[in-house]
Amino acid sequence: MAYTSNGATIEADEEGYLINITEWDEGLADQIAKDEGITMSPEHWEVVNFLREYYSEYQIAPAVRVLTKAIAKKMGPDKGNNKYLYELFPYGPGKQACKIAGLPKPTGCV
Amino acid sequence: MSMLHTVNKSPFERNNLDSCLGHAQPGDAILLIEDAVYAAMAGTAMAGKIADAAKTFRVHVLGPDLKARGGDPAKVVAGVTVVDYTGFVDLAARNKAVNAWL
Amino acid sequence: MDEMESGIVKKFMFVNRKAPHGTVYALEVLEMVLISAAFDQDVHLAFIDDGIYQIKKGQAPAEIGCKNFSPTYRALEGYDIEKLYVEAEGLAERGLTEDDLLVPVEVVSRAEMGRLMAEMDVVLTA
Repeated sequence: MAYTSNGATIEADEEGYLINITEWDEGLADQIAKDEGITMSPEHWEVVNFLREYYSEYQIAPAVRVLTKAIAKKMGPDKGNNKYLYELFPYGPGKQACKIAGLPKPTGCV
Repeated sequence: MSMLHTVNKSPFERNNLDSCLGHAQPGDAILLIEDAVYAAMAGTAMAGKIADAAKTFRVHVLGPDLKARGGDPAKVVAGVTVVDYTGFVDLAARNKAVNAWL
Repeated sequence: MDEMESGIVKKFMFVNRKAPHGTVYALEVLEMVLISAAFDQDVHLAFIDDGIYQIKKGQAPAEIGCKNFSPTYRALEGYDIEKLYVEAEGLAERGLTEDDLLVPVEVVSRAEMGRLMAEMDVVLTA
C-alpha cells in the first residue's frame, strides 16, 4: 500500500508500515493516525516521539514490554503502564504507535 | 551430561573444528560431517590433532559424507568411529544438547 | 513452545562466532535473541572468534549498504538480556580490549566459556 503526503507517494508494506523511514514527517503521522482512528494529542505525540528517539538510538522498534518499561523510567509510572498506553493506542502501543512514528513493526513482537 | 558437537567445515578452510575442540568438555561427543570429514582422514596435517582429541572426546565421522569425498572408512585417524545416519540420530538422542558449530 | 508456555525456564546460549557484515548470521541471531526475550528464558550470549567483532565500537556500514545493527546490542539490557560473555583469547588475538566493545560484558577464558556452554540446555552457534 502507499500514502499520499504533500503530493508525494510514500510506499508502505501491506500492514501500513513505511518502507523508508526517512520519508516520515508529522503531517504523515497525523494521516496514518487518522487511518487508525486516532486523533493525535500531545500525549500521543509524547509516545510517538519517544519511539522515534528509541529507534534512533538502538535501530529497532522496542517490544511493548520494553517500551512500557522505558517510558516508566523516563516519564514515570503514570505513563509507563499498559492501561495508559493502550488507552492512547487501543490496538497496541507497539504496533500502532510504531506505525504512526514511521518505524518498522517491533522486533520481538510475537 | 554430555553434549554432541557437530562440525561441518573443512579444518583447512575454517577454524570451526579448533573452536569446537577448545570448548568441548571431556567425554563430549564430536561428529564430523560434510566438509569436516576431511579432518578424519589419515595422513593429513590434522591427523595428530584428531588423534589427540579422540583421547579426550568421543570423535565420530559420518560415513556417507566421508565416502562421498573419497575417504576410506577403513583409513580414518585412530580413535575415530565411523557412524551412519542412524548413528547420528543415536548420538543426538543420547546427549543432553546438540551444538552445531556452523 | 509447550514447555516454554508451561513456565519451565531453560538455559539458552547463543554463541556468536562470525563477523557482522560479511554474512547475515550475526543479524539473524540478534533478532532471534530479541524474540527469545519474550519467552522469559535464561538467555546467555557468547562472543567468540570473529563474533567478537559484532560488538566492536565504531561500526559504520552505511556505505556498503548494510544496516548498522550494532547499536541494537545496547538495547539488550532493556530486554533483560544481561548475561554477555566474551572470550579473552579471541579478544587478545584481535588486538582488542573491553574498552573497544559497545556493551558491558564479562570476559572469560576459553576454558571457562567451555564450562559455561556445558551448563546450557540449548546452545545455538552461528
